[in-house]
Amino acid sequence: MAISREEIEKVALLARIRLEDNQVGALEKDVGNILNLVDQLQSADTSSVEPLAHPLDATQRLRADEVTEHDQRDAFQRIAPATEDGLYLVPRVIE
Amino acid sequence: MHDKTVAELARDLEQGTVSSVELTRHFLDRIRQDDTRYNSFITVTEDEALKDAKAADDRRARGEATPWTGIPFAHKDIFCTDGVRTTCGSRMLENFVPPYDATVTARFRDAGAVCLGKTNMDEFAMGSSTESSYYGATVNPWGDNLVPGGSSGGSAAAVAARLVPAATGTDTGGSIRQPAAMCGITGLKPTYGRVSRYGMIAFASSLDQGGTMARTAEDNALMLNVMAGFDPKDSTCIDRPVPDYTANLNEPLKGLKVGLPKEYFTDQLDDRMAGQVRAAIAEYEKLGATVQEISLPNTHLAIAAYYIIAPAEASANLSRFDGVRYGYRCEAPKDLMDLYTRTRAEGFGEEVKRRILVGTYALSAGYYDAYYLKAQKVRRLIQQDFIEAFKSVDIIMGPAAPTPAFGIGSKTDDPVKMYLEDIYTIAINLAGVPAMSVPAGQIDGLPVGLQLIGNYFDEARLLNAAHQFQQATDWHTLTPAG
Repeated sequence: MAISREEIEKVALLARIRLEDNQVGALEKDVGNILNLVDQLQSADTSSVEPLAHPLDATQRLRADEVTEHDQRDAFQRIAPATEDGLYLVPRVIE
Repeated sequence: MHDKTVAELARDLEQGTVSSVELTRHFLDRIRQDDTRYNSFITVTEDEALKDAKAADDRRARGEATPWTGIPFAHKDIFCTDGVRTTCGSRMLENFVPPYDATVTARFRDAGAVCLGKTNMDEFAMGSSTESSYYGATVNPWGDNLVPGGSSGGSAAAVAARLVPAATGTDTGGSIRQPAAMCGITGLKPTYGRVSRYGMIAFASSLDQGGTMARTAEDNALMLNVMAGFDPKDSTCIDRPVPDYTANLNEPLKGLKVGLPKEYFTDQLDDRMAGQVRAAIAEYEKLGATVQEISLPNTHLAIAAYYIIAPAEASANLSRFDGVRYGYRCEAPKDLMDLYTRTRAEGFGEEVKRRILVGTYALSAGYYDAYYLKAQKVRRLIQQDFIEAFKSVDIIMGPAAPTPAFGIGSKTDDPVKMYLEDIYTIAINLAGVPAMSVPAGQIDGLPVGLQLIGNYFDEARLLNAAHQFQQATDWHTLTPAG
């Protein structure tokens, strides 16, 4: 299955990855080849098959509603690119 | 000293014929001298290692040693290490120093093992050759222009070159077994949920599993004794007792039922590879196993299902790398969108971006049912194949990789060609069963791996079968020249 230039650009935007114009052509080809590879899936009859999400069909465990984590904000923010007064800094969002 | 196994080194430490400080210095010297050639380490933690070695010797003197106290080893650079840079092979995490330990890291630390550093890998474990690492390709000790396989190629090469006696790995589609095969060492991917994924940087969460890499099955068993077990911090970890994996290594194999999937032994399989694998299976017959043909009829769908499920999960997992909380951030972003898109464009390499795009596409509106849901249904069919097969056999055997180690650069221009490297390993991750690669021959002087596939939580049986094979053969003792 082929994928168009426009679709590559749309998906890159969804994935928040900037593409240079000269990268789109190669991706069109590579992603198209990968989609061809996975197209074999369509040949399988899965009409009465349940999807498998966890190999042992385990479900999420519940735990008691107790505080188990302590505040480690300083340790976590020490490795952040930019912080101030305990907040993460990003470019201005609201004018 | 470096030719000894973990089990032998543990005995030497116990008998006091060597100290952990001496062992650690010896292996650090080897890394310093030889790793310029292999590039199997991203980070070597010399100071921490010597401090840990001293602490291990003190602990032993107090009579509080475990079998791992003082043993040098290495972690794949995907396991978070408190205070030690953890890159996952990516520029995105070039300066990332985790504020916590992965559960696997903590377990080795608690046992008193001495970590010498962090091994090279394909970026975010996406690859089969360790060429996609931001820190340069790893070279296979068996040949200067050969890849070690991947993604745990740094761990495999370091063990094969005897720079460490053991190393951790992770396996999402073959990333322990294929490099173990190509470097002539022994590697085990446990049952999904057997080893905690907490602090193991996520690629495809329903497939990722940490595991063991060393020269012998016995050493793999010793590693799994440390790594396996329930962890409340991993919501998919299974709460189930952990046996002593060394306990039944010496049981005879008489009556072991071995299945050979006819889908693995087709014209597609290289003749010489088929010959090596069949010779290894003949060895098992001599050891008392009976062999029968079986069928895993949905094998041909495994690669397709995997290359939807793994990229889809990766695209979600890797959305956390946004340049805000940790990791790489682009220079002078002009607005928030620019911060995200340029950070990710500059921080991720080509293969990672490709997989994020494929995964995002497969999950996007209008395609979810046709791709992701369809792949999860096919995944169920593949699992059913294994469940059915294990009703009549104990272990399934086949090749671990289609060929021995291939040339550096020979597959990097074609992602699909690289994906087909995992043709014999991927279905195992989709089903979630455990599997090993065991050195079982050579082609043109390069190692070949026999894959042993077990039923859920049957790691002890796999290790027993691998150990018995290693008592009868010497493939695992062969080492590369130099």
